[in-house]
Amino acid sequence: MKRSIPLAITFLTGVFLVVSFFVPHEPFGALEQRLLIWFSIVSGFTMLLGVDNLLRSHGRKIGRRNPGWWHSVVLLIGFAATVVLGVLGRIHHGSPFHMQSPFMFVYTYTIVPLQGTMFALLAFFIASASYRAFRARNTVATLLLVSAVIVMLGRVPIGAAISEFFPAAQEWIMDVPQLAAKRGIQIGAALGAVSMSLRIILGIERSYLS
Amino acid sequence: MSKRGFWDVMNTLDRRIIFLILLICVTLPLLLNVGGEIPPTAPVERAYDAVATLEAGDVLLVSIDFDATSAPELMPMLRSVLRQAFAKDVRVIMLGHIAIGLPLGHMALEEVAAEYGKNYGTDYVDLGYRPGYIAVMIGMGREIRDFFDTDYQGLRVDDLAVMDGVHSYEDIDLLFGFEHGAVIDYWVRYAQARFDQRMAFGTTAVMAPDAYPYLQSNQIEGLVGGLKGAAEYETLIGHPGLGTRGMPAQQWAHLLVIGFILLGNIGYFVSRRNRG
Repeated sequence: MKRSIPLAITFLTGVFLVVSFFVPHEPFGALEQRLLIWFSIVSGFTMLLGVDNLLRSHGRKIGRRNPGWWHSVVLLIGFAATVVLGVLGRIHHGSPFHMQSPFMFVYTYTIVPLQGTMFALLAFFIASASYRAFRARNTVATLLLVSAVIVMLGRVPIGAAISEFFPAAQEWIMDVPQLAAKRGIQIGAALGAVSMSLRIILGIERSYLS
Repeated sequence: MSKRGFWDVMNTLDRRIIFLILLICVTLPLLLNVGGEIPPTAPVERAYDAVATLEAGDVLLVSIDFDATSAPELMPMLRSVLRQAFAKDVRVIMLGHIAIGLPLGHMALEEVAAEYGKNYGTDYVDLGYRPGYIAVMIGMGREIRDFFDTDYQGLRVDDLAVMDGVHSYEDIDLLFGFEHGAVIDYWVRYAQARFDQRMAFGTTAVMAPDAYPYLQSNQIEGLVGGLKGAAEYETLIGHPGLGTRGMPAQQWAHLLVIGFILLGNIGYFVSRRNRG
């Protein structure tokens, strides 16, 4: 009973959604819309689970004085401060996202630069890796290396200034071999998704119950 | 220094030197502002043409599906598309599926709307974020208000003139998404494949290859890829901005990486030969 009811709900909901995708008429259309709204609401609550997990996990680190526990203190202070500023923005400006709200100040001058900086660091590691690890050790690696150089040159103005070959070759690489590989991957992934969905709907795949 | 000694030194080069050279290569061109116009390529021209087909009063749905990590590439193209739309008196409806990035889109929207003297609620609106983006995308095909009954600040969308007569994809003339992840796949799968929504996208350079199959199959009408795409779009609208300005930095960074690859490989082969 404990397993058969969830399996029945999964089966009925799955079949209903597949049918409603192809038959958008009543009653399927309105019922599908109702389920989609529920999905959106449930998705909203997953954020609360995320917050709960974040607070518990970092609270534990602080409580046990794990190495680097003070990073968790900074995180929790940052979390609390952001929430408070968001609430203040709502009270004083009608929305935390009002351009004059304190939340937007923190967003503009803390969150955006921090996110940008973290991602920008990638450029330095790519430069270092290109020097240390990108070696023409065999034929496949050499092909990848040559393609990478052509694409990099073809995508900047100096490539065309050196020779029209680079932008044209870059376009060919993107349009033909890249596209063929990408399509193969996408078709494979789609077939895998259909297969997994059928297994879940038919109750063959039950790992989500454990 | 012997030949072997030189390559040994090069092979064990301190990575902080590499970091420093890259820093100089990126910052100098930005500071010197030496960027020129970038000639547009076909995918970008197609995206531009898609917006150009819109007429005054038509509706452009803009989706902000990125955050600050991709802002240098996507913000310039977002500003360009908004400039092109506002210049044609197109109504702009913004929403987003990456909550932390949506304020960036809002800032660009306010900035460009002010340039063209557009009013919030009449000419443009920011609907904000709703969780569960797949459900939102499918549900918008039936009634947008089922998910966005208020805008980002809690105003009822029925009270906003810009939303008059806009209920589903049938009332949206073009969707332009700005993407740094997999959300583009879902837009195509649900809004295009199921509801036949016209759409074009701006993506990061890394994500552009993922969108090429949709472009070739004409499921999307145009594609603006990476900073180069942003610079090309700026050329098309005749308003050079951060995309054009950033291209020399990207150019020198690419050349540097190519140089590092060549140098690293020469060192590798010389060392291997010397070792016998």
